[in-house]
Amino acid sequence: MTVADVSADSNLNSMRQGGAASGLSHRSRARALRNELARVVMWTAFAIAMVPLVWILWSVVSKGGHMLLDSHWWTNSQRGITNRVVGGGAVHAIEGTIIEALMTALMAVPVGVMTAIYLVEYGRGRLAKAVSFMVDILTGIPSIVAALFIYALWVTTFGFQRVAFAVCLALMLLMIPVVVRSTEEMLKLVPNELREAAYALGVPKWTTIMRVVLPTAFSGIVTGVLLGLARIMGETAPLLILGPYTKDIATNLFGGLIPTLPTMINQDRTEVLQPAVDRVWGAAATLILLILVLNLAGRLIGRLGAPKT
Amino acid sequence: MPSITGVAAVDEIPGPEGPGPLRGDRASTGQLGDRLFGGAARGAGLLVIALVTLIAVFLLSQALPALAKDKVNFLTSTQWNVDGTPLQFGIANLLWVTVLCSAIAMLIAVPLGVGVALFITQYAPTWLSWPAASLVDLLAAVPSIVYGLWGLQVLGPHMGGLQAILERLLGWFPLFSGAGIDASSTILTVALVLSIMVLPIVTALSREVFAQTPSSHKDAALALGATRWEMIRTAVLPFGKPGVISASMLGLGRALGETVAVMVILSALADGTAWSWSMFNGGETFASKIANNAAEFDSPQKAGAFMAAGLVLFLLTFVVNAIARIVIERQKAFIE
Repeated sequence: MTVADVSADSNLNSMRQGGAASGLSHRSRARALRNELARVVMWTAFAIAMVPLVWILWSVVSKGGHMLLDSHWWTNSQRGITNRVVGGGAVHAIEGTIIEALMTALMAVPVGVMTAIYLVEYGRGRLAKAVSFMVDILTGIPSIVAALFIYALWVTTFGFQRVAFAVCLALMLLMIPVVVRSTEEMLKLVPNELREAAYALGVPKWTTIMRVVLPTAFSGIVTGVLLGLARIMGETAPLLILGPYTKDIATNLFGGLIPTLPTMINQDRTEVLQPAVDRVWGAAATLILLILVLNLAGRLIGRLGAPKT
Repeated sequence: MPSITGVAAVDEIPGPEGPGPLRGDRASTGQLGDRLFGGAARGAGLLVIALVTLIAVFLLSQALPALAKDKVNFLTSTQWNVDGTPLQFGIANLLWVTVLCSAIAMLIAVPLGVGVALFITQYAPTWLSWPAASLVDLLAAVPSIVYGLWGLQVLGPHMGGLQAILERLLGWFPLFSGAGIDASSTILTVALVLSIMVLPIVTALSREVFAQTPSSHKDAALALGATRWEMIRTAVLPFGKPGVISASMLGLGRALGETVAVMVILSALADGTAWSWSMFNGGETFASKIANNAAEFDSPQKAGAFMAAGLVLFLLTFVVNAIARIVIERQKAFIE
């Protein structure tokens, strides 16, 4: 037995004894290094993802934020204001955006909620599978395709003019799946014991849904509606095809055009004159503000008011 | 929490307490109210099916007459001449630009999204995990026209340097050859902006799936002495793979169909411009082509040509989304 062998042997022994002390958590340096590296990579990925968010918000606020501080912005329209002149506001576009969003919600929410009720409370078998599949397809439909469809239906087939209501129809297609999915998730969270208790008392199924299930899931449904609104308010493609811009205040859904914030941005996006550029970024800031408020409200309501399971 | 992708990875997995809610009409009393309400619910479901079917039918019925008059091959021609009497339009250009934009965007967004999702579910301290997820979701709340504006006017001017480097190093390869387009409105810029837009979608769904990894799998890996990264590699990633695939598919669907951001950023080329493979070129995607010409839908024939482009886009996104759905379904079956 050579000296080297002895030392190797004692090494092995000490490793065996030390192994018991350090347990199974013994790690080679290479493994520890890879572990550390992975941690750094994941943190970096998150940091990288935050860069565009901060950058976009910063650009919009720094370029358009000052427009929002002027009270005229919230009270005046762009009527009679040219690109060379400072002034005017965005109230026509804000109003238009909100009116169209509300009209869309009026159509999309009942359909969406009822579809979700069907999927959770009634649906079984192949029809339910088909509905669920179609909701996913609807989720993925590009807004421009939805707009083309409504154009083909409203203008080409029925021969109507382009009006704001047609925009609402296209937006409805985009909002329904958002409402369905979030309502569905919330309805599934409603404990089954509540339903069974109602049934045991002899309450008909539809009354159970209306009086027990929906109220329990109410905050979640509100969340879905708010997130859906946030999605459609920023949509621009249907507006390009079905609802061109105008500078005046207009609120008639079935006649004439209604200006909106996205089309207000689109109208002057290639302008180089400073007043117009300011207004473009101002409209962008207003739109983001509107959407962020809806989005955050939706998320908070959803988080605070989810049914306890 | 409702997911921004609209497709839930978590649903329909029975909890430990037993089967899901009483489904079907077993609980119905057969009263008039019950029948009406059940009928309304079923009607809403049928309406959704009808809407999707109608979209396909209408696009097809408007596109077919124009396609019949098309004098060149619709799939391989690069011409787009819908004003003249010999109707000549083909989608080769549109298809290439659409696919290239989306492919580059996915190459960036998928690894980054998976990294962010792993960060949120495995690495972030508990207090940070919800705010971090919400912040990434906020990226989905930025309207696409704002992305377009930002991409063109803020990000665009910074793209020249990157483009110059890529051109110098890889310029011999047709994909990276110069094309003489302003660096702020190239396909590459669009792809970067698209990658930011699809990042929250990829992240949201991946995150949901990663969070669902059975803790028994994770505990087993850790008990065998795995480091955190090894645990993720052996337990979380294999479990989440179908979720990541379908998340990427959903993101791809979004990237393919994105309209306004592309329209604002990408500079459309004049008709008859020579074909180029370069990512520093301009061009038009299906969606931006339609949007750019929205004002010109005056004759049914002309509109028909754009409907045909829209139909191809619809089919593309349909297939991509269907794949995403099927992959998710298989994952669910596996869990059950």
